[in-house]
Formats: sequence, structure tokens, C-alpha cells
Amino acid sequence: MVIYGVTLLSVCYFIGVLLGDILGQLVGVGSNVGGVGFAMILLIILSNKFLNDNHLSKQAQDGLNFWSSMYIPIVVAMTCGQNVYAAITAGPLAILAGIIAVLVGFLLMPLISKIGKPAEPLPPLTPAKED
Amino acid sequence: MDILGMIEKVVTSNGLVVAFAMVGLVMWVAYSLSKLTKGRIHGSAIAILLGLILAWIGGAVSGGSKGLADITFFAGLGTMGGSMLRDYAIVSTAFGARFEEIKKAGLPGILSLFVGIISAYIVGVIFALIFGYHTAADLATIGAGAVTFVVGPVTGAATGASSEVIAVSIAAGVVKSIVVMIATPFLAKPFGLNNSKSAMVYGGLMGTTSGTAAGLAATDARLVPYGAMTATFYTGLGCLLCSLSDHQRYLPLGISFIG
Repeated sequence: MVIYGVTLLSVCYFIGVLLGDILGQLVGVGSNVGGVGFAMILLIILSNKFLNDNHLSKQAQDGLNFWSSMYIPIVVAMTCGQNVYAAITAGPLAILAGIIAVLVGFLLMPLISKIGKPAEPLPPLTPAKED
Repeated sequence: MDILGMIEKVVTSNGLVVAFAMVGLVMWVAYSLSKLTKGRIHGSAIAILLGLILAWIGGAVSGGSKGLADITFFAGLGTMGGSMLRDYAIVSTAFGARFEEIKKAGLPGILSLFVGIISAYIVGVIFALIFGYHTAADLATIGAGAVTFVVGPVTGAATGASSEVIAVSIAAGVVKSIVVMIATPFLAKPFGLNNSKSAMVYGGLMGTTSGTAAGLAATDARLVPYGAMTATFYTGLGCLLCSLSDHQRYLPLGISFIG
């Protein structure tokens, strides 16, 4: 059943976010630390285990795939709710600090990516995977 | 019969469903425009840009802080694009991600978090100094704002910075997140953002969840789980590091000596 996939996703989400809140409390910050990350790791481990044991039916996988294919539309909805007006009218200090912080990040990315084993680029997208 | 009034009632009481329809329309327009560029600009990149333009219009019209979602007709966008469904969809992208890839990028991923937070903080402090801020509280708050728009106000509240300074720090974080959304698809190729490892490093360096979520969606959706994985630790770690710098007043003061 489709709902089984959605349930697996929801359980992982809940446990992950709870762990993130607990970790946030332990280190003494008010916010969630890595909740989404823990949920993702849990989902990777559990879904692989269930797939190997043949416990995740095609329909259950569809339940998971539905939400991951809703990711981009949800992100587009999120961008519609950003405070772009405030950002543009924020004044030069905020705008410069924001832009330069991103540029510095990009400049550092190739340096840090060099650490450890090199990674292979992903294969090019086939046009069929466009949407 | 008051047809307009009835339409308004149906729309306002079914906000999320209206948002689904509207985002579908935006996606369709974006992918049609992408075809006009012969696919050179990815449809999702155009969709995100359209979303930001709509958000700007929404903010200009309503005067609120939630973009288009502040207009009653489009309030459902706030639910659809809110943190619950966003994080839920991010987690779902992990289905199909490979654990080996994540382990491979373990050390650079962790390192990128620290480097990302500290470098953004330093950039924020330097610009705050240039613009005439000198107290440790102001510098720490604006530096933290360049980390993300969550860390800025958290640090500002802890240091007792003025609401004007906190507003600047939030604005810096929002600008950063929007720049990440727009710039990532264009900078991805020259900076080698085309594999799981560099995506994890990118997530750790940029950190803003909304920025990396949209930036990677516009670049290559297959990179999303890896970038999101590290980005999700950024805000919490940022709050932690920035509160440390507040207690000891090392970072902002150290930099102000150089300045």
C-alpha cells in the first residue's frame, strides 16, 4: 500500500527531528541540530534494509517517490514566501555581506572538496528525466 | 449571487489546494520558458526565479514579511512552502541516496560546516566594521546574520543588540539565502558542483536550508539529498559557535583589532 511508504517517511522524519531537538538541548542551543539529516540517514538505512528483504512493495515505493518528486514544487512554493522585498530594500551592508558570504563559500568549495578520495561527477541527465 | 465573494470563500478555505494549482501553473510556465532557451536554463531554475519575483511583488503589495503568502488569496503557499512540508520533502529525497557516498564525504563535509560558518561570520563582521559598527554585540550579531537569518537574531537576542542591528542581521541572512538560490545553477559548473561529495561540501559551506534546497533543485535535483544532509547541521552549529564567540568576545574583537 502507498501509505506504508508515506508512513516509513513520516516515522523517519519524526524520529530525526526529535533527535535534532534533543541534540540542540544537549549542546545548549535553542534550535534543532541536524534533525533533517538524522531523518535522512534513518530513511536511507531503513529503506535499503526493507528493499533488500523485499518488504517495500512497488506501491510503498511510489508513496516515497511521490514526495521526493514534489520536492521541487514545494521549494518553488517556499521561494514565493521569501521576504525578497526586505532583502532588496535592506541597504548596502546587508546586501554586500550576503553576496560576499556566498562568493567566499563558492571559492572555498573546490579546496575542501579536494580532501579525501575524489568523487565521480554524476552521469549527465537524460532528457526523459527532465521532470 | 455574489460570485466573486463565493470564489474568495472557496479560495481562502482551501488554501493548500489553491497553492498546488498555482505552483503547477508556475512550473508549467517555467518549463515552457526553459524550452525556449533550448533547455540551456533548467526549468526548475526559472521556476525558482519566478517564485522570487512573485515573492517580491507580494512583499511590495502587502508590506508583510512572507512574500506572496501574505496575500490572502495565496496564503496556502505558506503551508505548502513552510518548514514542515519542505523538510518532509527534503527527507524523502534521501530515498535512493547512497550511504557509501555520504561516508566518502564525511570529513570534508564536517570540515565544510566549520569553514562555512566561520568564513560567513568573518565576512559579516568585516562589512559591519566598514559600515561603522564597533561594539562586540553589534559585530557578533551582524556576523551571525551572514551565517543565516536564524543565527543572526538568536545571537542578537543573546548579546542584547538593538533591534535595528538585529534587523540588519536578518536582512543579511535573507540576502545570502536568495543569492544562493539564484547563483548556484550558474556557479555550479565552474566550481565543480557536479557530484555527491562537492554537494555535501556545498551544503556545509552555504548552510541556509532554504537557499541550498532551492539552489540544488535548480542545478541538479539528484544532488539535493547530499547537500541537504550537511546543511541541516549548519544552523544549529552556527548558533553554537556564534554564542561561543559572544561569551568570550574573541572573534569580533580580534577582527576589530585587525580592522
